[in-house]
Amino acid sequence: MTTKTFQLETLTCPSCAAKIEVAIKRLKGINEIQVLFSSSRVKVTFDEALTDVTEIVKTIEALGFDVLSIK
Amino acid sequence: MLRITKGQRVMIAGILIAISFALKQPNFNPTVSDVFMIAAAVIAGYPIVLNAIRALKFRYLGIEALVTLAVTGAIIIGEYWEAAAVTFLFMFGSYLEAKTLEKTRSSLKALLDLAPETAKVLRDNGEIEVSPEEVTRGEIVIVRPGEKIPVDGTISEGSAYVNQASITGESLPIAKNIGDVVYLGTIIESGYLKITAEQISEDTTFARILHLVEEAQDKKAKTQKFMEVFAKYYTPGIMILATVIFLVTKDIELALTLLVIACPGALVISTPVSIVAGIGNGAKHGVIIKGGEVIEKLAAIKSLAFDKTGTLTVGRPTVTKLKGFAITEEELLYLAASAESYSEHPLAKAILEAGKGLEEPLITPQDSQFIIGQGLQVKLNDNIYYLGNRKLMTENKIAIPTEVADYLNLEETAGQTTVIVADALNILGVVSIADEIRGDALNLVQKLKRLGIKKTVMLTGDNKLVASSIAKKVGLDDYFAELLPQDKVAILKKLQTEDKTAMVGDGVNDAPALATADLGVALGGIGSHVAMETADVVLMSAELKKLTYAINLSQATIKNMKQNIYFAILVVGVLLVGVITKTVVLSSGMLIHELSVILVILNAIRLLRFNEK
Repeated sequence: MTTKTFQLETLTCPSCAAKIEVAIKRLKGINEIQVLFSSSRVKVTFDEALTDVTEIVKTIEALGFDVLSIK
Repeated sequence: MLRITKGQRVMIAGILIAISFALKQPNFNPTVSDVFMIAAAVIAGYPIVLNAIRALKFRYLGIEALVTLAVTGAIIIGEYWEAAAVTFLFMFGSYLEAKTLEKTRSSLKALLDLAPETAKVLRDNGEIEVSPEEVTRGEIVIVRPGEKIPVDGTISEGSAYVNQASITGESLPIAKNIGDVVYLGTIIESGYLKITAEQISEDTTFARILHLVEEAQDKKAKTQKFMEVFAKYYTPGIMILATVIFLVTKDIELALTLLVIACPGALVISTPVSIVAGIGNGAKHGVIIKGGEVIEKLAAIKSLAFDKTGTLTVGRPTVTKLKGFAITEEELLYLAASAESYSEHPLAKAILEAGKGLEEPLITPQDSQFIIGQGLQVKLNDNIYYLGNRKLMTENKIAIPTEVADYLNLEETAGQTTVIVADALNILGVVSIADEIRGDALNLVQKLKRLGIKKTVMLTGDNKLVASSIAKKVGLDDYFAELLPQDKVAILKKLQTEDKTAMVGDGVNDAPALATADLGVALGGIGSHVAMETADVVLMSAELKKLTYAINLSQATIKNMKQNIYFAILVVGVLLVGVITKTVVLSSGMLIHELSVILVILNAIRLLRFNEK
């Protein structure tokens, strides 16, 4: 299990947060996801054997949000 | 594809709608007007549809999908104005929301902007400019007036007036001299400093504050969690209602309008915006409140337990009086200071500080033994001396004459801690030591009562007479003296069964109590990273007025949040009734929805300006 934090462009509606949460939860190997609305960050704990950072970034970007940095 | 900003898109859609209205003349072909209206709907609606599709790919049905459905429906039934109005208002609303939301988060950004960008460091006998992260521990940095200190460190040369507002919220400059600790992000107003770097970038107090505040702003309040659950059921509920109404009455307009109001936006955002603004305001004033739930708790606190030393008092005991019974005052001080030469006890430090004025060099003790809870036994020039409390005297069979006993009582009733000095047979004198009560402790209780605090108590390890004297001076309701750390925890637990209780301490020697309390408040967090981590509320400076500020702010935040919630619930009700009774149509439904969201945000922004009078 690893945890990564993705810094997104500024989130402006709480429903965006809900959307990202639902979409990422649907990926395989996601253990925990937290969308930090105020700081526009997504914190994901996942199983590296089942998914990876690229997959998560792809999902977030497919929803229309730019990922600015990953920590 | 042509990239245009949200603002531009809203403007173009607005212009198209205006043109459409202008073309709506009785002798003009209505189709031209309709074309402009549809164009506006398409321009404003494009990103909505796009986002709806993106989300649907992940099987998420959000507000965009509902709006898309409603708008498509409106176009099909020929309600072009409604379609254009709904998309335009939705986009315009979200544009304004983004702008105003940014404002609620501005405190943190303002704080970030206070971080220094460069550091001047001494290397190879020259001064070079580097970024603050590139300084290494132990290096000397140079800071001049108007510049920001780029590290946490100790002053090795020079003196200056330093403005620590970025950390404590207090803009009154503080004098700093050699040996004093200074912090990253604070500004030298006058003077010149050479600082030995001790903590760099991420490890500095400033960086920790930023990190804590950032985390706190996203920690959900209980109310928020409830709202989210409510929204989770409300949205599908309204969708089902819309479907049923459509199937039963075949009233497509009514069904579509219901879809537009299915997301209670104002309700969902009502709590987080207030919390973010409240926490941001606190951070600007040197008060770190760790999350929405902590704000809720702090606003509801009814009882406060204070640690004594370092919290109600300054925490720097000083010798206030010397009384010689068999020797002169000067001899007494000389003897006491010599005896305490190697001691680290706070009382010993006070005696040594007072002894600094003596001309004759102190005698080095040959032997020194610390007896817990009693005092010290030392050997000076082959003679045994005892320094401590009554217990130490009785244990060593030294009689306490009435004259001395009366004097001790008198001093202790006045809040002085006494150190009895005796040789092997007789009491020689008494040193009185007191820890100054903080200036802002004196009107503290009065202010707290005004904020609805019912009970204030003090927990201390000190003796009863001293505790009683301080409790009386500060005006506390009660005090508990002669406590060991585990006793403090037990008393707190008991207090908590009666009322919601917060523990206020300096976080250094009362960490267990801070952790036990419903709510732990650390005073003077600037000096202790441990206190910053353990406490729920951190008052960066050691000022009790920050405590009233924190309570006042959290109450204001909760009030603001409740205004938002009640307003949002009202809007939900009005919209629902309005739609069902057909007084609210697609466009006005969207207008009310967007307006309510913006009003809720604007209300939260008021919190940023909250300042205690």
